[in-house]
Amino acid sequence: MNLAYYPGCALHGSSNDYEQSLRACLETLDVQLKEIDDWICCGATAAHSLNQKLAIALPARNLALAEDEGYQQMLAPCPMCSMQLLKARKALVEDEALRRRMSEIVELEVRGDTQVLNLIQVFEAIGLDRLKAAVKAPLGSICAACYYGCLLTRPASVAEFDDCEQPRSMEKILEALGGKTVDWNYRTECCGAGMTMANEQTVLDLSHKILSNAAAHGANCLVVACPMCHVNLDMKQPAIERHYGVRHEMPIYYLSDVVGLALGFKPEALGIDRHFVCSADPAPGGVSTSDAGPARRGTGATGKV
Amino acid sequence: MSRIGVFICWCGENIARTVDVEEATKQVAQFPGVRCALNYKYMCSDPGQTLVRDKIASERLDSVVVASCSPHMHLRTFRNAAALAGLNPYRVEMANIREQCSWVHPDRTQATAKAVQLIRLSVEKARRDHELQPIRVPVTRRALVIGGGVAGIQAALDIANSGYEVVMVEREPSIGGKMAGLSETFPTLDCSQCILTPRMVEVGQHPNIRLYSYSEVEAVSGYVGNFNVTIRQKARYVDISKCTGCGECWNVCPLKRNRSEFDYGMGFRPAIYVPFPQAVPARPVIDPKTCAKLIRNGCGLCIKKCKAEAINFKDQDKLVEEKVGAVVIATGYKLYNIGKTQDRPGLEGYGEYGYGKYKDVIDSLQFERLMSASGPTVGELKRPSDGALPNSVVFISCVGSRDNAKGLAYCSKICCMYTAKHAMLYKHKVHDGQAHVFYMDIRAGGKGYEEFVRRAIEQDGAKYYRGRVSKITEENGKLIVRGADTLAGEPVTIEADMVVLAAAMRPADGVEQLAQKLNVGYDEYGFLLESHPKLRPVETSAAGVYICGACQAPKDIPESVAQASAAASKVLITFSASELTREPEIAKINEETCAACFTCLHACPYHAIEQAEIRTPRGVFVKRTARVNPGLCMGCGTCVAVCPSKSADLEGFTEQQIYSMVESLV
Repeated sequence: MNLAYYPGCALHGSSNDYEQSLRACLETLDVQLKEIDDWICCGATAAHSLNQKLAIALPARNLALAEDEGYQQMLAPCPMCSMQLLKARKALVEDEALRRRMSEIVELEVRGDTQVLNLIQVFEAIGLDRLKAAVKAPLGSICAACYYGCLLTRPASVAEFDDCEQPRSMEKILEALGGKTVDWNYRTECCGAGMTMANEQTVLDLSHKILSNAAAHGANCLVVACPMCHVNLDMKQPAIERHYGVRHEMPIYYLSDVVGLALGFKPEALGIDRHFVCSADPAPGGVSTSDAGPARRGTGATGKV
Repeated sequence: MSRIGVFICWCGENIARTVDVEEATKQVAQFPGVRCALNYKYMCSDPGQTLVRDKIASERLDSVVVASCSPHMHLRTFRNAAALAGLNPYRVEMANIREQCSWVHPDRTQATAKAVQLIRLSVEKARRDHELQPIRVPVTRRALVIGGGVAGIQAALDIANSGYEVVMVEREPSIGGKMAGLSETFPTLDCSQCILTPRMVEVGQHPNIRLYSYSEVEAVSGYVGNFNVTIRQKARYVDISKCTGCGECWNVCPLKRNRSEFDYGMGFRPAIYVPFPQAVPARPVIDPKTCAKLIRNGCGLCIKKCKAEAINFKDQDKLVEEKVGAVVIATGYKLYNIGKTQDRPGLEGYGEYGYGKYKDVIDSLQFERLMSASGPTVGELKRPSDGALPNSVVFISCVGSRDNAKGLAYCSKICCMYTAKHAMLYKHKVHDGQAHVFYMDIRAGGKGYEEFVRRAIEQDGAKYYRGRVSKITEENGKLIVRGADTLAGEPVTIEADMVVLAAAMRPADGVEQLAQKLNVGYDEYGFLLESHPKLRPVETSAAGVYICGACQAPKDIPESVAQASAAASKVLITFSASELTREPEIAKINEETCAACFTCLHACPYHAIEQAEIRTPRGVFVKRTARVNPGLCMGCGTCVAVCPSKSADLEGFTEQQIYSMVESLV
């Protein structure tokens, strides 16, 4: 499979561990990623809060670049990016005048015919059977709370992905890899996202609820597919623990982390060692189910950022 | 040469203010064929009509043109006047110089000229009018009532008590419909079964009512006064003429854990069962999907127990023919599917409420069964998951209703009231419990309704939150309901033991197919269409077919019953004479020139055209032809427009008449 790859700011910055693990997985699974040349910001929250035209023009340029290179499909692992790209694509396809205007603005012909995929969809396209066949170290000790966050499935009419309120696609992947999943309540709730800058308390509150609920349902880790969620749940976890006086010690994995582990990668090869909360038993393959619980890495030098 | 009399009305000042009636009279009198032209201040009044009658006699008029208001208003008046004077009423024409002239034009000269032209058209038409006789159709004075809920029961009893036979067809094993399953009814809190079951018994025992339970309407042919109905009696595997309803069979049946349809899955029933003890007929039916004998030739305990030898495992569907003169459709409603699966394109469910996922999130009809004295818990409120008494219940109204995003834009009308009732009944059963209601608006229009809702809030302490619920989750055996209180402007989280969702009302399954069989229209949601929302609320586009109850729109019991009686009265009007009289302005096929292409047959929206054969008196086949059924034709003229050989024509509006009217103008 050949995919255009749109990393967005996060995967080249604070979440380069995410890029590391997804590149490792996809290479093993014969998926070639070609980072699109000269990509620009997707606009994220800022553009569409300020200027509708800008909010479409920014992703439109990225779409046009991928189309120019002849790609049918493009992976945008960050849900914020994929949502902006999907929204723009939908608007361009539905409004011919807008499509022409945007082509003028970005000085490239935008057709809107490149499909935008999130990471889960790429694994689905590879196929659960192929994933199963490639497993070298089944995820025996993992009992994951799969966390979709607010953007992966919503708005349903744009995302057109899974059941927007009761999604199950990540669970299916984990179960194919030999892991267990829990049915819990906060799978599609918001982690606080970008409020982490403006109003940290909101993030602490929302993320605390997510972590508590996952633990209450017996999860020993969270699996996410969003860099922003990872930042809030992983990097902010010590702050949450301090604020609420609790110890969550909940490892937060990217979906590609757990797929990578099952494919036999070492945690270091996936960038898991650079997470803030680390499992004492980060290679959950085999039979060892550590009862020692996760240990905290020292924040700072070894942590990311 | 024609002898046409033209009568121009002033309509007080309505016409005369704008149209110079004297001038118009002068001009019209010169038209070829016009014998006399007069004007009068109120032509529809008694002296006006007398003037028309006198002139018909004195001038030996053969046609009359009245230039006044719309024919909708007074055509009948002037036709009657003409008939009294001995003139065939179908030789009266009207020129509408009020709505189509004086009321809409300010300029007197121009309006007068237009009025003259309008009268010219009618005169041209009148010159080519000929005598028509009203069509007489014999009436079978028996009615078919489809659906045995409260509306169907009311309609059937009203008709039967007037002395006419009724054939009632009910799809389920028992009549009673949704109302038989309700606990108590608003706004009086009288027990639903106490008021309905006696009416059900009356239907079951009425000498004029033939009840086909567990049956469906398979096909309908014919027309008003003369319908042929084919009824499919579904295989019941129990001969209800032999069965005594003793109960030995369902007591002995070992397969007792089947979800009861009547209890909406809240209770269980055996494989051979009566849906509820007060069923009419109180005779069991075997569910072929669960009965071990029917699935794999096992068990057979019931047949051994049955002393009446009423059980017949070889039973098959039977088709029965019935002749009726009128039809009442009372097929009622069902609830919208709250969960993911939808049975109609464009509809979407609510994943966020966890309906179907959490056992204690139920719909309003399920709650009715839990509260009903005859329900699976014998009226004790036990929540489905663990049978515990719920100490806190959240009620959510407008689940589906008024939600364009889910595909249903309409208000289901009764949910505000029954949700208030639920909150109240809950409080009556659980004195220290708390009812919470999330609503969009409270719509309590009706006698005693607003007072009822106030009682739920003020006396029974139901907490009302104006806002929607965004998510329901389950934690530690509690349902966590998160919503918004938009009046307080803050989010609300309630830990509830049970959640009741007031799902939207939708037309019952299969109503669209039924409507197609009967040529009745339906709207985008499948609700049947009345022929006029205000003045013909129970009539349909098909003559002799009437509608009542929730198949037409969401409505409550009193309204359904009122509408059912209205439909019954329309049936009784149809039955008031042994023959029906219909207007003769219908299509006619010239069978000599008809090429038997049957384009008209396919174009006719009323299925009024039939294939026929022309034979000599000795029976030798001459040709095939299209033929109009005068009982069905509504005179729309579609066949006239499509006929390639110009063999179809409309009586009273012949092509010749129309062409000469046009020619007189150009």
